[in-house]
Amino acid sequence: MGMTMTQKIFARHCGRQEVQAGDLVYGALDLVMGSDVTAPIAIHEMEKYGLKRVFDPNKIVLVMDHFAPNKDIRSAQNCALARQFAQQMGISHFYDGGRMGIEHALLPEQGFVAPGELIIGADSHTCTYGALGAFSTGVGSTDMAAGMYAGKNWFKVPAAILVNLTGRFSEYVGGKDLILSLIGMIGVDGARYKSIEFTGEAIAGIPMDDRFTICNMAIEAGAKNAIFPVDQNTLDYLSGRVSRPFVPVEADTDASYVCTIDINLSQLRPVLAAPFLPSNVKPVEHFRGLRVDQVVIGCCTNGRISDLRMAARILKGRKISEHVRCVIIPATQEIYLQAIAEGLLELFIQAGATVSMPTCGPCNGGHVGVLSDHERCVSTTNRNFVGRMGARDSEIYLASPAVAAACAVAGTVVSPEEV
Amino acid sequence: MGGTVFKYRDNVDTDVILPARYLSLSKREDLAAHCMEDLDREFVARVQPGDFIVAGENFGCGSSREHAPIAILSSGISCVIAASFARIFYRNAINIGLPILECQEAASEIRAGDKLEINLASGKIRNLTQGRTYQAGGFPPFLQDMMDAGGLLAYLAKKKEEVLP
Repeated sequence: MGMTMTQKIFARHCGRQEVQAGDLVYGALDLVMGSDVTAPIAIHEMEKYGLKRVFDPNKIVLVMDHFAPNKDIRSAQNCALARQFAQQMGISHFYDGGRMGIEHALLPEQGFVAPGELIIGADSHTCTYGALGAFSTGVGSTDMAAGMYAGKNWFKVPAAILVNLTGRFSEYVGGKDLILSLIGMIGVDGARYKSIEFTGEAIAGIPMDDRFTICNMAIEAGAKNAIFPVDQNTLDYLSGRVSRPFVPVEADTDASYVCTIDINLSQLRPVLAAPFLPSNVKPVEHFRGLRVDQVVIGCCTNGRISDLRMAARILKGRKISEHVRCVIIPATQEIYLQAIAEGLLELFIQAGATVSMPTCGPCNGGHVGVLSDHERCVSTTNRNFVGRMGARDSEIYLASPAVAAACAVAGTVVSPEEV
Repeated sequence: MGGTVFKYRDNVDTDVILPARYLSLSKREDLAAHCMEDLDREFVARVQPGDFIVAGENFGCGSSREHAPIAILSSGISCVIAASFARIFYRNAINIGLPILECQEAASEIRAGDKLEINLASGKIRNLTQGRTYQAGGFPPFLQDMMDAGGLLAYLAKKKEEVLP
């Protein structure tokens, strides 16, 4: 029987010709990632069980991004613990201070991800790297610890949902609208335990940054991973970043899927996901006129250079509404420098935005823009759960950079075409 | 084991189980002190050792934070019963030794405050309040072994690596 892309990657990493959905396999890991929030628990657990080595220090990446730069003493202690562990174990891929960035933007950018690889990360949005044709999935700290120690971990081979993409994005519509629309269609558990595999003629026209955004939020549909086929766009992105050899996988023509979902990009509209689930998706017009207190543009979902360019396109020559606090967060130092070189940061500051250093920041209510009671935020982040960005009765509306920037200017929910 | 039920909705996410503002905590008792805080502010005051959480579909969705199952385990909950679990939470629970059972019927029939008795080995759930019995789905032998060993790292530490699938 034919295999999906994900199944082929598992077969390759457990030394078998073939695997099927439901098989339990023990897969060799190409990379293990953890953050300042998840690595400390993994480190404590390794100590507790006397696991005193790591399988390969060069295949472990630690990124201090959630509460970094250290937001308080406890965060500082967590980063210090991770730093000390990295030194002890000889882990040189430790990203902190001036090398920092949000892990899911940083790892692909720095060449840690190549097609066909098997990656786990102790952060649920690790599914982002499927944009490059890799299998990558989020795990907890104990799985991270096991991966760091053994270089392997157990997996249940997933069945897949095939998403067939046709058409092309209209103006002001992009990857964020696509993935929110898909989550709206199938629900927050619509792809639970499954892969989401993308196919279709539209893919060639979808830029890499949009593919990262799309795969990033697969977890919001419950998916184990999402994956794009490797094409010229992928190879262009990898050029100059990845020098090690890699072998992309393709799905077999007779691979079987749980179902196929057809999406015509031309028919997608700018959308918002209303509180308190990412599946509460409706066209922007549905929420038109709602007062906005804060706008966040950034995050592992939408903090890449094309996201900042889109925000700049809307904000250019305009002023952010005086009752809106707009926080813009380039996701990595490289993106930050690029944005400076293109004059984007000056444009943002002239428009009245706050520009932050790379960090996860307000996305999970950490710092750099935590919400007060009853405040409403339009955000390019990925979750709008109760209390996610601060006070328990604050509200998050998830959106694309274009929609978020438009709302910042208007001070209320509007569509990008309206500003 | 026996105890009283705390009943929750579908799609209980890890942000409400253990809000991100407490993610820099790592001691078990500190995490337990904030368990379920953004969903049920009375949980911490009311929970007794041996009690149960019963919920609908997709329990534990969202963030991969292991702080969430650790908080539940440390609060004294003896088992989480749900119609279904989000996959990262499912793995984390097994890996850290928090007992979980998946059972649609139990999740829909059991009410808040019901008294339950469960047998983890057989997956049998007895609802003493309603006089009903439910059968939860079992685990593959390898996962059952891992749970019996006390979780993934205990399993690995015993050099059982070679018997993983």
